[in-house]
Amino acid sequence: MSDASPVKAYALHLGVIALLFVLSFLLPEYYHGLLSRIMVLAVFAIGYNILFGYVGLLSLGHAMFFGAGLYGAGLAVIQLGWGVPLAFVSGIACGAVLALVIGLLALRTTGVAFMIVTMMFAQVFSLLILYFASWTGGDQGMVVPQPARVLTFGATSLDLTNPTVRYMSALALFSVVLLITLAIVRSRYGRVLIAIRENEERTKMLGYDTFSNKLIAVVVSGTICAASGAAYALLFGYVGSSFASVQYSILPLLWVLLGGAATTLGPLIGTVFMYYVIDITSGYTSAYLLIVGIALILLVLFFPKGVLGTIRQRWLGWLP
Amino acid sequence: MADKNGFFDLSKTAFTRRTALKGLAAGAGLAVAPGFVRYSQAQSSAPIKIGFQSHRTGIGAAYGRWYEKTTAAAIKAINAAGGINGRQVEVIIEDDGTDPGRGAEVVGKFATQHKTDIVFGTLFSHVVIGSAPAAGENKMPYFVVSEGHHVASTKLNRYVFQPGITDVKSQIQSMAPWIAANAGKKVTQIFPDFAFGYDHRDYLPPALKAQGAEVIAQIAIPPTESSFTKYFPQIPPETEVIYHVMVGPAVLTFVKELGEFYGSNRPQLFGFIDSLEATDINSPGLEFLDGSHFWEGSPRYAQPDDSEAQKAYRTAVGIDDNGAAVGDPKDVSTAAHMFGCWETLYVVKKAMEDAGYKGPEDRAKLVEATEALTAFAEGPEHPQGAKTFNGKIHQCFGIQNISKVEGGKLKVVHKTKIEDGLYEAEGDYTTQAL
Repeated sequence: MSDASPVKAYALHLGVIALLFVLSFLLPEYYHGLLSRIMVLAVFAIGYNILFGYVGLLSLGHAMFFGAGLYGAGLAVIQLGWGVPLAFVSGIACGAVLALVIGLLALRTTGVAFMIVTMMFAQVFSLLILYFASWTGGDQGMVVPQPARVLTFGATSLDLTNPTVRYMSALALFSVVLLITLAIVRSRYGRVLIAIRENEERTKMLGYDTFSNKLIAVVVSGTICAASGAAYALLFGYVGSSFASVQYSILPLLWVLLGGAATTLGPLIGTVFMYYVIDITSGYTSAYLLIVGIALILLVLFFPKGVLGTIRQRWLGWLP
Repeated sequence: MADKNGFFDLSKTAFTRRTALKGLAAGAGLAVAPGFVRYSQAQSSAPIKIGFQSHRTGIGAAYGRWYEKTTAAAIKAINAAGGINGRQVEVIIEDDGTDPGRGAEVVGKFATQHKTDIVFGTLFSHVVIGSAPAAGENKMPYFVVSEGHHVASTKLNRYVFQPGITDVKSQIQSMAPWIAANAGKKVTQIFPDFAFGYDHRDYLPPALKAQGAEVIAQIAIPPTESSFTKYFPQIPPETEVIYHVMVGPAVLTFVKELGEFYGSNRPQLFGFIDSLEATDINSPGLEFLDGSHFWEGSPRYAQPDDSEAQKAYRTAVGIDDNGAAVGDPKDVSTAAHMFGCWETLYVVKKAMEDAGYKGPEDRAKLVEATEALTAFAEGPEHPQGAKTFNGKIHQCFGIQNISKVEGGKLKVVHKTKIEDGLYEAEGDYTTQAL
């Protein structure tokens, strides 16, 4: 990425946001709803990418941050009767605090140990949801009541169950997170993160406190994932333990790998790709995961750095 | 299936075709999927479309396969008899992976892409609960065959119904009088430490207490457990009945280890057949179950007093006298639950006919017509037995079977009454807006 490319980079990202906005008016109903969900989950992938792509820390426990946001927001509505804005903030705050605590503990490790420690913490988080079933609904989960999913501004109210409102809410969240991520990765701090990924010892030698920088990255990553979880609970009305399972720790890794690790738009591309492959192939065969597997192998063969990562490597070096 | 006319539906936008084409070009990356389709509205002569949310993959796959077989048989019978309101019925199947997230997407897909008239067939509770908001938001009648108490709890929404199978609270309540009178009054429960187990943990003690019996110990076993011997010393020695509802592949180990622990001198055993659905009761390791009792919604094995309707149903679905697929004795069915698909489809038929249902614009009428139903007589449409239906809680109530394992078969020794399973309504869906 060169310093001469900020205009191109911002134009590309704003263009993607504009495209998503326009698609809201063009897509058929089903794909309109599906893209709402994809945008929310792409935020999850973006959060994951901050840590995995830019710092080089492979976590297998990010479902706990998504789950913290999901339950932080969902329980605030269901058990405490809070409104949507406060519940959303609650979800984000839960994720941020959890990420800080997990970061302080897990960053004592690196590499494979970091993977295992984060996976274990996520497992504890998942089992806690089951243990406190009377509050969380256990493995069955809970419904966030439709009447509670309304955003009120004075005399105006926005029904989050309305497809257009939901799409625009998801787009707003996605856009804000995407632009924040772009700003981060283009900042000095973003360069420090990349330096840590490339050679942590050398970065230390240059005088950077790598632990603090990594901790901030864990908190930013966890907070973004929690924002995604909180939005999911409020926009789609279901809070369930399956979203805190190991499967949801692996999914963002796959989405990011597919789209391109350490690319700002890669998480969106990876999420879209996986969703569509599953959606289309499951209509033809129950062995659709086999097809997904073959597709993944082909992608790894022909796009070893993910779609955008490979494009950046071969053609568009300025891509952030 | 509906026709596939093109990539985008432009009929409701203010964009010109040129603008739209520009947008289309920009969105080509997304549009590579052949699934961008436009579906025409169902015509009055077109088939009624039922979206079947099937557990084809994931933990519920064994159930899903038999739910599909039963559904296919019921649809064949309904269509052969003239369909619904003179229209043939078409089933469109989507796999939900037994996952609540995907489940909600599938309900959305039925509502907005396939434009089905209803969605039907979900079993696993977490998928039902995860999908219910999507059904409510799309105003899509959602007929589940789950046996969970979630529908009757009135915590879902007005579009969710369970008219073809009783819920677990009712089942447990129905079992209690027989257990107290025939098996013993001091009961120890062993259950998986998740929701299916919690239903039994919560509903059995009060039901037994009402019969003068008591639960003297409750042993929750983590779902990740693969060996159970260490839990058995927790069973109080005065236990007269062990009430077990372990599920999943671990049940074989559970039974084997329980047998090794007790030998020939064991308390009475009472279980729910959910543990052994799609599993041969004569599998190695299950010998210890001989002489024990199980709840069955509908009997797996043909019984001497089976009604003609029951016989016809079994033939139509393709299960032999042992409850396995005709021609494949190893392919054991999920007989205790899958009848619910058959019966639910006939409830849908009845409600659509009562509502004069013509198409999706009549979904609200269909909801009201279903809520107005009160009873289903035993017969070809309801071969498991007669049922009552409470339109306020969208839940049916029916008879239950208690079967004894004898000579490698399950023999029905007691049938409960509908009244045994009735309980006070916990809410009223009909007060919710449509």
